[in-house]
Amino acid sequence: MPDAPLPIDRDSDGTVMSEIGQAPATSPVLSADQGPLVSVRDLVVTLNSANPVQLVRGASFDMAPGEILGMVGESGAGKSMIGTALTGLVASPLAITGGSIHYRGRRIDRLQGEAMRRLRGREIGAIFQDPLTALNPVFTIGRQLVETIGEHLGLSGQAARAEAVSLLAQVGIPDPQGRLDSYPHEFSGGMRQRVVIALALAGRPSLIIADEPTTALDVSIQGQVIELLRDLCARRGTAVMLITHDMGVIAALADRVAVLYAGRIVEIGPVAEVIARPRHPYTQGLMDSIPELGRRLPRLRQITGAMPRPDALPPGCAFAPRCPKVIEACHQAVPAFDADGPHRAACIRTDARVLAA
Amino acid sequence: MTASQLMVAERLSRHFDASPSWLARKLAGTPRRILKAVDEVSFAIPEGATLALVGESGCGKSTAARCVAGLLAPSSGTARYRDTDMREVAKGRAGLRREVQMIFQDPYGSLNPRLRVGRTIADPLVALGIAGSRVERRERVGQLLREVGLSPADAEKFPHEFSGGQRQRIAIARALASKPAFVICDEPTSALDVSIQAQILNLMRDLQDQHGLTYLFISHNLAVVDHMADRVAVMYLGRIVENATREQLFSAPAHPYTRQLIAASPSAGAIGKRHEPMRGEVPNPANPPAGCSFHPRCPAATNICRSERPELRSLGDAREAACHHAEALA
Repeated sequence: MPDAPLPIDRDSDGTVMSEIGQAPATSPVLSADQGPLVSVRDLVVTLNSANPVQLVRGASFDMAPGEILGMVGESGAGKSMIGTALTGLVASPLAITGGSIHYRGRRIDRLQGEAMRRLRGREIGAIFQDPLTALNPVFTIGRQLVETIGEHLGLSGQAARAEAVSLLAQVGIPDPQGRLDSYPHEFSGGMRQRVVIALALAGRPSLIIADEPTTALDVSIQGQVIELLRDLCARRGTAVMLITHDMGVIAALADRVAVLYAGRIVEIGPVAEVIARPRHPYTQGLMDSIPELGRRLPRLRQITGAMPRPDALPPGCAFAPRCPKVIEACHQAVPAFDADGPHRAACIRTDARVLAA
Repeated sequence: MTASQLMVAERLSRHFDASPSWLARKLAGTPRRILKAVDEVSFAIPEGATLALVGESGCGKSTAARCVAGLLAPSSGTARYRDTDMREVAKGRAGLRREVQMIFQDPYGSLNPRLRVGRTIADPLVALGIAGSRVERRERVGQLLREVGLSPADAEKFPHEFSGGQRQRIAIARALASKPAFVICDEPTSALDVSIQAQILNLMRDLQDQHGLTYLFISHNLAVVDHMADRVAVMYLGRIVENATREQLFSAPAHPYTRQLIAASPSAGAIGKRHEPMRGEVPNPANPPAGCSFHPRCPAATNICRSERPELRSLGDAREAACHHAEALA
């Protein structure tokens, strides 16, 4: 595993320039139809500057086909950075400096140029937070859809237009035929996000990276978009990595959830398990600090302090300085996961093996 | 209204002219378009209480807050703080800035990045002429910083040296500098992470208890409102559609919009629960539907809803709703 950052050239709008990258270093450890869809191991993303800073510090997880995995954490926890790594959009001064990402058994973290571009869109789609900036304001949405469909499915002319209309209908845009010639500014925020979802689905991907897809929307529209994403993905068997800071959205949509803190996954497990019985003290504090309708407390329980900056991490467990259950050993070493089962937390205070020792 | 009401808004309206230019209007033969951002809104806030104003973006809650803060003169109606008409304050004819202060959503935008924090907090003292000597000012700034959970030494730092939550603490310290009685909080925690949000909400409740503050609390987050408010007014397209105590509103909402808003709120306690998503979208406020402006999205709408606008009316037990069918739906 080379530690050198990968030189990836990009033009101004973020797409990889069409220079053909080196042949992908494939390591088919898993066959495509039985293994996980995505397998991330010890992923490290580094911000290269005078003092390189690790923003993701060894994240490992798998995603099954059709699964919705939530990534939850506070700003700066590294959740978006993991999504960016999966879409192959990590650009200088950021770089993947460790670990591996396998997609359908094929290693993709070192793909460059055209190879990555073919994967992105057709296999891995993306939905971002702000639907206004995700769409090009000077082209009609029909043109943007037709271009994407042509690129990924090789359709053109009437066939591409028909596919575009069908996509708009699937995401619930009224009068899809008539709306094809509208510009993004002629849509409301909720409708715009539906168009972005249609664009992400255009290449019929097996995985969608949805980064805060409902954060910019009003509550009433948020519910509509959540339902839409759930229905579409269930129907098409699309897996979704749902990146959000909102536990409510995770609870409504995700099958499993990974909780991030200071660049590491501190807890991962089935949503119902993690929310009902959070194991990591950070997850516990997070759940307690969220005000719930119909549960008014005299005071919200709060976690004191704030998440450390990535360039000033404490030794050992990064949560230790804020943790109510901290012991001396927490400051000694970065904790490993406490279990091998589906629900695990990176905390020595919950680890029966450490406690027994 | 009784004498204990600190702030009373009566038929408060703020209209904006959203027309195309005069020439364009004449050429196309279109009339003026008036956007009623706030349309005949009435509420009262008793001293020491918290009224929350809830609604989706564009419903007029922030415009209403600006009228109440005396930052914007209403088009008609009044907002009265004790005995002062806030219109006079907006026009600069009455000095009430000491007693009425505001906390904004974005702690990155609301602090001057070039001023040291101590200077930012002391600014209201100087501007309002309650400064005292330099030493007294420094004393007061230190005391304010301690009150919001920072250290007096932080007065020498610049905003960029603080996290989002700490910046919002600084904004709160500045709002409290002039010892106000009434604080208008416009989405004070929307830009913050949840663990930080809890800290700020707790701090705001503590400060309310210590100083007997009255809050007008603007938010789109129902769970936060449930935590902070005594009374809640729900706004839709510039009008209040329901005004009730917190307990009433969340246990038995009277207006169909309130009910749907509560049902649509994402909640960590509702794992895998299918939300009943609300139908449709908020209409263009410059061209609201006839009758009840919620009728195109309302599952209970009948003919009267399409033709006649429901006024906000009392349903007994201190609750008001603007719905023709409020009793039948209860």
